[in-house]
Amino acid sequence: MNQFIPRGTSKISARGLNVHYGDKHALHDIDLDIPAGEVTALIGPSGCGKSTFLRCINRMNDMVEGARVSGTLQLDGSDVYDRQLDVVQLRARVGMVFQKPNPFPKSIYDNVAYGPRIHGLARDQAELDEIVMNSLEKAGLLAEVESRLSESGTGLSGGQQQRLCIARAIAVSPEVILMDEPCSALDPIATAKVEELIDELRDNYTIVIVTHSMQQAARVSQRTAFFHLGKLIEVGGTEEIFTNPREPLTQGYITGRFG
Amino acid sequence: MTEMAEITVAARTAETVAARLNRRYAAERRFRILGLASILISAGFLVLLLGTVIAKGWTGFLQTQIAIEVAFDPQVIDPDGNRAPEVLDSADYPALVRDALAARLAPDADRGARRDLSAMVSTMGAEQMRRMVAADPAVIGGRATLWLPASDKLDMVYKGQAPRELGTAGNVLNDRQLGWMAELEKAGQIRKAFNVQFFTGGDSRAPEQAGIWGAVVGSFFSLVVTLAVSFPLGVATAVYLEEFAAKNRWTDLIEVNINNLAAVPSVVFGLLGLAVFLNVFHLPRSSPVAGGLVLALICLPTIIIAGRAALKAVPPSIRQAAAGLGASPLQIVAHHVLPLAMPGMLTGTILGMARALGETAPLLMIGMVAFIVDIPKSPLDPSAVLPVQIYLWAGSSERAFVEKTSAAIMVLLLFLVVMNMAAIMLRKKFERRW
Amino acid sequence: MSEHTVKSYDDELAHLSGMIARMGGLAEAQLGAALQSLSRRDDELAHKVVDSDARIDELDHEVDSFAVRLLALRQPMAGDLRHIVAALNISGEIERIGDYAANLAKRAMVLNQLPPTPKTGGVVRLGELVQALLKDILDAYVDRDLDKAIRVWERDEDVDSLYNTVFRDLIAQMTEDPGTITASTHLLFIAKNMERIGDHATNIAETLHFQILGTQPKGDRPKGASLGAQE
Repeated sequence: MNQFIPRGTSKISARGLNVHYGDKHALHDIDLDIPAGEVTALIGPSGCGKSTFLRCINRMNDMVEGARVSGTLQLDGSDVYDRQLDVVQLRARVGMVFQKPNPFPKSIYDNVAYGPRIHGLARDQAELDEIVMNSLEKAGLLAEVESRLSESGTGLSGGQQQRLCIARAIAVSPEVILMDEPCSALDPIATAKVEELIDELRDNYTIVIVTHSMQQAARVSQRTAFFHLGKLIEVGGTEEIFTNPREPLTQGYITGRFG
Repeated sequence: MTEMAEITVAARTAETVAARLNRRYAAERRFRILGLASILISAGFLVLLLGTVIAKGWTGFLQTQIAIEVAFDPQVIDPDGNRAPEVLDSADYPALVRDALAARLAPDADRGARRDLSAMVSTMGAEQMRRMVAADPAVIGGRATLWLPASDKLDMVYKGQAPRELGTAGNVLNDRQLGWMAELEKAGQIRKAFNVQFFTGGDSRAPEQAGIWGAVVGSFFSLVVTLAVSFPLGVATAVYLEEFAAKNRWTDLIEVNINNLAAVPSVVFGLLGLAVFLNVFHLPRSSPVAGGLVLALICLPTIIIAGRAALKAVPPSIRQAAAGLGASPLQIVAHHVLPLAMPGMLTGTILGMARALGETAPLLMIGMVAFIVDIPKSPLDPSAVLPVQIYLWAGSSERAFVEKTSAAIMVLLLFLVVMNMAAIMLRKKFERRW
Repeated sequence: MSEHTVKSYDDELAHLSGMIARMGGLAEAQLGAALQSLSRRDDELAHKVVDSDARIDELDHEVDSFAVRLLALRQPMAGDLRHIVAALNISGEIERIGDYAANLAKRAMVLNQLPPTPKTGGVVRLGELVQALLKDILDAYVDRDLDKAIRVWERDEDVDSLYNTVFRDLIAQMTEDPGTITASTHLLFIAKNMERIGDHATNIAETLHFQILGTQPKGDRPKGASLGAQE
């Protein structure tokens, strides 16, 4: 499903997106474009809505009781919240990596093979093997686990587990990869490996990453969006945001003048 | 403050601190002693219970036998000499046994003596001879020394459960029989052997022939039916309620009701079984099918509750990971949640089964209190179950059933212990570290 | 601008600005004293100026290390980052201004051995103009006054023009009175150094503009009339 992505065109666009959790108004009128083939970072203080926005893209918010979404959120021009749209297919196009590494309690091979299996992406065992190997290779994990593919995925170190989750997400050949604070549970070396991976993945995927670390956002992303109290305050090139932001709120947050 | 005053204050403080410390230590000691005492008291009661049961029942595993030389008299067994099976089958083997006894103990026995002699052995001896002839007709015409099972009275006296002194008030054997017993003892022709009959025979009016096998098979069939009905239903219900049902007033109501059902006295389920399974569906009375269904009703709430707890324990991160990959809700449950929750569900099921094994009252309600001799061949045949068998034997007036009752209780307790241990081992083995 | 959540960060940034302000004050004083040693023919003063230059060099090194420390430990962003980088730049400019002031004092000592020339005053006036520029830009730095900085940036034009005039006068002086060639040559160098100080002050203005707005001032730097233009 890897299509040619014209770099820079808008892959995901939100217009007037509002999200309510029961009475709580979590996102206010978000207008945001995520360009294709680039890494976009979402930053902001806790509770600002950046994770909420992320979870709208692959409709993980559907799993939350009392979540209501209004406005439009389009993936390649078609509305993600359209009634006709099959959520299962959407999630095959938009993969997700979570904050705490959560490999299945199965073998490493089965972890990566699960997605392709349920979506019927491989015609036979040989093709499945190829997909698994490729994904592990792209995730920079193959060399480390090649000899123990039948061991449990939960036996790996934290950083390896997270890369396994990334391999698992890549295995279904998504177009977009969403990452919700993927390195917050990892040590600096594992973090560096994941960031390097994100750099390499940029060629073939659109990546949206939520992060608490501004240094990380500065290191990995090309565009940065700053959220505050459910509103989108500023979005722009990462370089500008971190050297010369327009909004005083943005300046205040990234220089540590909040609170 | 002067130095002296300071020192005094300091000393007093040190004193109070030391006093407080001692009080605390004393309180902790008292607490520990209390704990130890309660454990000892509970253990004491347990030992008392088990001790009583074992003391009364262990002899039930033994069978008194006397060695007698019997003659396979062809005149009695096969007068025509053509070895016809019906003839061999219907020969008067009890007479042969009596003759053998008379030959050994009282050659000039009159009818009274012969009656006394017959009362020394069980009819199982004649059965034994018939089986031997049927197996190998060549024994006809020969002699053999057989260990014949004693009657219940001889059994009781030899095991010391009834007095053996001549002329005592509670004697179950008369003086002549006691004399024969002493004689056999001196000749070494009486012994206690392992009581196979207890484990292979069905219920019987004759205590020495009574066995638990019928009840064991009946219990087994009942549990099979219970498992087959309650496990799938329970698991499916738990999965539906936990994973798929909307969280609203109705599901809350259902949850409350299931919790209540787990506490309903089991005899009520027996009444339900009587009314519905027997009177409406006309299932065979006293059969493991009907019993199993009633037990299934009793087990179901336990399995559902344990199942829901096991499902809840599966961390949401696994579900989210699967959902993020595009698994449908059914796939998430089938591929990830259920396999991980299964050990918990199995544990709950085994515990439920263990409880069902010991249920008596509801089964009495549906009539499994009849006197069944035959070993049931299918769940549709009438049968007894172990706890009911115990109940029946306990209520019998014959003294020889006392040891049988206790022996059966030991067997039941053993099964319960084994099942609970299996549940514990299963839980330990599958204890998950996420 | 509100304060940092971590107060010590604010203190450190203030300390950095303080060092720059101190350096600037020192350089300003050096320049003034050097000009005075020339106009009043005061050798002792000139000596003091030369000796004091080391202090400015020390401060420059301190600013360098402190700025590097801040960069490593605070990972500054946006305005804070520009502040620190600007401080690094500006301390370099001020250090060179200090060097020129000391050089002026050295030449003053030489000139004080020679008979005074008529055009010495012109050079002093150039020096005073540049001194005013320096004072203004340092004030603008301390107050973060963008307008003042822009005006300093524009007044470099005046410095250039005055320098050109002084240059022509000194050439004329040398032509008319060859006896003044030695003195006039020293004065030429001094004038050139003053013009350089003006450029450095303008650099500081540009850096301050970048620190405040994040961009360079628009347009080319205003330059005075070309040197080659003959009257």
